[in-house]
Amino acid sequence: MRITATAEFMLEPAFDPNKDAGSSRDAIGLGQAAGTGLNTRHGTILTLEDISVSFDGFKALNNLNLYIGVGELRCIIGPNGAGKTTMMDVITGKTRPSEGQAWFGETLDLQQMSEVQIAQSGIGRKFQKPTVFEALSVFENLELAQKTDKSVWASLRARLTGEQRDRIAEVLETIRLSTSARRPAGLLSHGQKQFLEIGMLLVQDPQLLLLDEPVAGMTDAETEFTAELFKSLAGKHSLMVVEHDMGFVGSIADHVTVLHQGSVLAQGSLAQVQADERVIEVYLGR
Amino acid sequence: MNQPLLLTATQKAGPAVTATVGGLVLLVLLALPLLSLLPADSPFQVSAYTLTLTGKILCYAIVALALDLVWGYAGLLSLGHGLFFALGGYAMGMYLMRQASGDELPAFMTFLSWTELPWYWTGTEHFWWAMCLVVLAPGLLALVFGFFAFRSRIKGVYFSIMTQALTFAGMLLFFRNETGFGGNNGFTNFRSILGFGITEPGTRAALFFATVMLLVASLFLGWRLARSKFGRVLTALRDAENRLMFCGYDPRGFKLFVWVLSAVLCGLAGALYVPQVGIINPGEMSPTNSIEAAVWVALGGRGTLIGPLLGAGVVNGMKSWFTVAFPEYWLFFLGALFIVVTLYLPKGVIGLLKKRGEQ
Amino acid sequence: MPTALYRFIFACLLLLPPGAYADDAGDFAAADNSRQAQLLESWAAQPTAERAALINDLQQGQISVDGQSKTLRLNNRLRGLIETAQASQQLLAPDPKLRLAAALQLQKSAKPAQLAFLGRQLAGETDSTAHSALSLALANLQLVDPDPAVRLAAVRLLGETGEPLARTRLETLLQDGVETDAKVRIAAETGLAQVKRKLLIGDLLGQAFSGLSLGSILLLAALGLAITFGLLGVINMAHGEMLMLGAYSTYCVQLLFQRFAPGAIEFYPLLALPVAFFVTACVGMLVERTIIRHLYGRPLETLLATWGISLILIQLVRVLFGAQNVEVANPAWLSGGLQVLPNLVLPYNRLVIIVFALAVVFLTWLLLNKTRLGLNVRAVTQNRNMAACCGVPTGRVDMLAFGLGSGIAGLGGVALSQVGNVGPDLGQGYIIDSFLVVVLGGVGQLAGTVYAAFGLGIANKILEPQIGAVLGKILILGLIILFIQKRPQGLFALKGRVID
Repeated sequence: MRITATAEFMLEPAFDPNKDAGSSRDAIGLGQAAGTGLNTRHGTILTLEDISVSFDGFKALNNLNLYIGVGELRCIIGPNGAGKTTMMDVITGKTRPSEGQAWFGETLDLQQMSEVQIAQSGIGRKFQKPTVFEALSVFENLELAQKTDKSVWASLRARLTGEQRDRIAEVLETIRLSTSARRPAGLLSHGQKQFLEIGMLLVQDPQLLLLDEPVAGMTDAETEFTAELFKSLAGKHSLMVVEHDMGFVGSIADHVTVLHQGSVLAQGSLAQVQADERVIEVYLGR
Repeated sequence: MNQPLLLTATQKAGPAVTATVGGLVLLVLLALPLLSLLPADSPFQVSAYTLTLTGKILCYAIVALALDLVWGYAGLLSLGHGLFFALGGYAMGMYLMRQASGDELPAFMTFLSWTELPWYWTGTEHFWWAMCLVVLAPGLLALVFGFFAFRSRIKGVYFSIMTQALTFAGMLLFFRNETGFGGNNGFTNFRSILGFGITEPGTRAALFFATVMLLVASLFLGWRLARSKFGRVLTALRDAENRLMFCGYDPRGFKLFVWVLSAVLCGLAGALYVPQVGIINPGEMSPTNSIEAAVWVALGGRGTLIGPLLGAGVVNGMKSWFTVAFPEYWLFFLGALFIVVTLYLPKGVIGLLKKRGEQ
Repeated sequence: MPTALYRFIFACLLLLPPGAYADDAGDFAAADNSRQAQLLESWAAQPTAERAALINDLQQGQISVDGQSKTLRLNNRLRGLIETAQASQQLLAPDPKLRLAAALQLQKSAKPAQLAFLGRQLAGETDSTAHSALSLALANLQLVDPDPAVRLAAVRLLGETGEPLARTRLETLLQDGVETDAKVRIAAETGLAQVKRKLLIGDLLGQAFSGLSLGSILLLAALGLAITFGLLGVINMAHGEMLMLGAYSTYCVQLLFQRFAPGAIEFYPLLALPVAFFVTACVGMLVERTIIRHLYGRPLETLLATWGISLILIQLVRVLFGAQNVEVANPAWLSGGLQVLPNLVLPYNRLVIIVFALAVVFLTWLLLNKTRLGLNVRAVTQNRNMAACCGVPTGRVDMLAFGLGSGIAGLGGVALSQVGNVGPDLGQGYIIDSFLVVVLGGVGQLAGTVYAAFGLGIANKILEPQIGAVLGKILILGLIILFIQKRPQGLFALKGRVID
């Protein structure tokens, strides 16, 4: 019986005060004003360099390099287990890479920021499985997501201004949920939840949107509408869309990145990557 | 007690009815202390026993409300609220001990042949400082514990287990004679509060009145919180903490705020409990007591404001009756209550009434 | 001539004892307490084989005068003196074991009057262990010898032993004004330091052992919990009561043996193991089928419901067996202990429990990793729906896994009944510690549970003598909270992609 191993945990410093502590105000978690000063001088909003993530020896990401330009709409495709979701986890601060660098704009080091700080600095994320606040109404969901001061004190005193109400009404119109504004979000259909989550991203007004399989469970008409919506967003915002639906990818993307085994396999237009020998091999397993 | 009235009335639902019933209950509660002052031969006289029992249950109701704020709204089931309740009670108890012993050391300290007061009890002869302690002791403990717990994202059952261990540790500490908390017997034999005799009808009535006021204030506070954006953030936190973080909210601050607030409310309830019941001992910190508070909330209906009050009233009313009538069977009943509530009443009695009302 | 005569008479007097037993007994019976003490002391200083019977009688509190047996009234001082006299007698015994026991007794209780006698015996002692024990006993006495040289030798002898008694003797000697000779004082100081060092080793080993022992008990208590929590995600607050039921099963088995097979009572714990396992596993499966089944995926609700179950079980046991503790006796082969160092005894029951705990862990590991049931359990743990699709009877697997967890708790209960009190509240004392073990060890990992249990056990026992049991517990709790800051998933956790 090796008992010595257990003694170690008592000896090592039990916690590192500097770990994801952030600024002093953030350290108590009382929140802070939305981040400012996103610097995109060189036209790149997201820079991932040599990112590696390993889970117990399995390399989920392997020296990944990826650059997203300002206003770009980028699609990420790849077979299952290629590391798409892990990459999103790295960008949003949920998973810390073992190596590499991740920058938002030119100045914000994502590895030094907590998930909340990253969200406040302007990265919004839609999950693979739609997650909305089921006990709250559709309107309240949007109210919470809306870009504003999100500290505890502000929340205690918050009153919606007319301007904010108008913005929410406008987004409700866009995602076609105006008639369901007072319904609890838990009662929505799968497709409606998808739209609500997209709506929540819209009111959050982020610089970079990460969308994980946004059209899963939507009808063809809804998919088409979503494609239009995304195209209209591109330019003002940067988007990164992970999707399996090639039709959808083809309808929106000017630029496609193929991930395989944790690194970039191919990049270019959809036609280009579809013609790539290696991509065909990966997808068809030849 | 007024539950039967409340039960039948809320069955008919409707906010107007609820408001009327609530108003009536409040009126009765406010009338009780006045009725207790009537001469003993009056038919309307309320006995000291009834008044004390009701006051005790009201204190528990405040605890239930405080627990509901963290459990029902923020989804953090605390099994350690008895600790905060007892800390408030001990702070008040020490003031009462000092009142009883005058310039001397409290009786239990002279009994242990101590010569001076431990530093942490300095100043407890002043009522205002004792009141500060009532708020500070549970508040600071909750702040420190919550800071570390929420920082490392302890939640769900882990959080429940840690809080239970916390109150258990507190109980062990307070059981010791050398820690200066009166050991096994705790604090008792109080004589006066602010110069008034503690058993006098007038004092009892005033304490009862203060308890009702605290309950009303907590209820108002809870109502305001639940209606504010803060309350909605808490609900969101309970259902999808990760989503909330990606919306840019820092869950730690929200949890910490409501957690500390809840602890302070418990401390205040404890401080009002002690002079009415006349004793505080480490048994109040036992994990059993804290987990019992969870069943009050669950029975009444968590996530509502009235539910916990109802639950605390019903369970404690039953307890008083059972422990007199069939002491052997109380634990069977309580155990069955835990099981039945979790299996068949996920939304509690209030949920049941609402459903009936809708039908 | 007169001198020769006196010599003769004196010799006759010396020869008297053979016939003097009756007189001794008579003297003793007639004497008052202080005279009796004197007599005993003198007998201890000059034991004779003839007096053995008398002293044996005395030890039973009897005395026979003129063939009539009488019961004596003895006080504690006299009893002590009788023990000493008895030991003196035993030094004459041919069996070296008896002589060793006598010497050990005399280390504690020898009187200065015995000095000469002990010296003689030491010179004639052939057995080496008995010799060293006896020399210690003698050294104890020589400490008060008027000759500094004798005292010096005695001090040196004491310094070379690791006896707790030697420390107290040397400490008394070093008190102000007891020893005046500077040389002896210095020797005593070095001797004391030596003794303390030797004792420290024993103390440390003792602490480590009690840590291991506590760890093994925590392990037995927490292992079942780790299975129900780790594999099924169920917080079983009634787990402590499963321990309690296991202990009460042991009690019942013991009663049955007493009633029907008193000859085989030594072996009742062996039968208690399967009985306790069966009883608690059945209770566990019943609870799972009737209540917990409806609560999967709602851990906080299971927590409350199982707390209710625990209240009912406690009250049930109170009604059936009474609120008092019941008596569960150690069989002879579990009593006593192994003397490793003079101040370190390893009790057999604790040794057996350590081995037992490891055996249970090993069997559980085998069951989970090498059998069909284990495969099913692991499959259900990882993906319930998928397992059901593959034809795994998830309902039955849940039931069996819960039964297994409860049954292991029952086995733990048998072990607990051998080291502690058995009462209705037995489980309550362990439940929080067990949960801390599971939290610290991480979910779903047997190795984590083992490490955490022994780690907590040893940490507890190391802290206990320094800052007291209660503060130690609180400190441990604080450390666990801080530890979770660093590793929220416990010691051993599977890493993986975050799933929402």
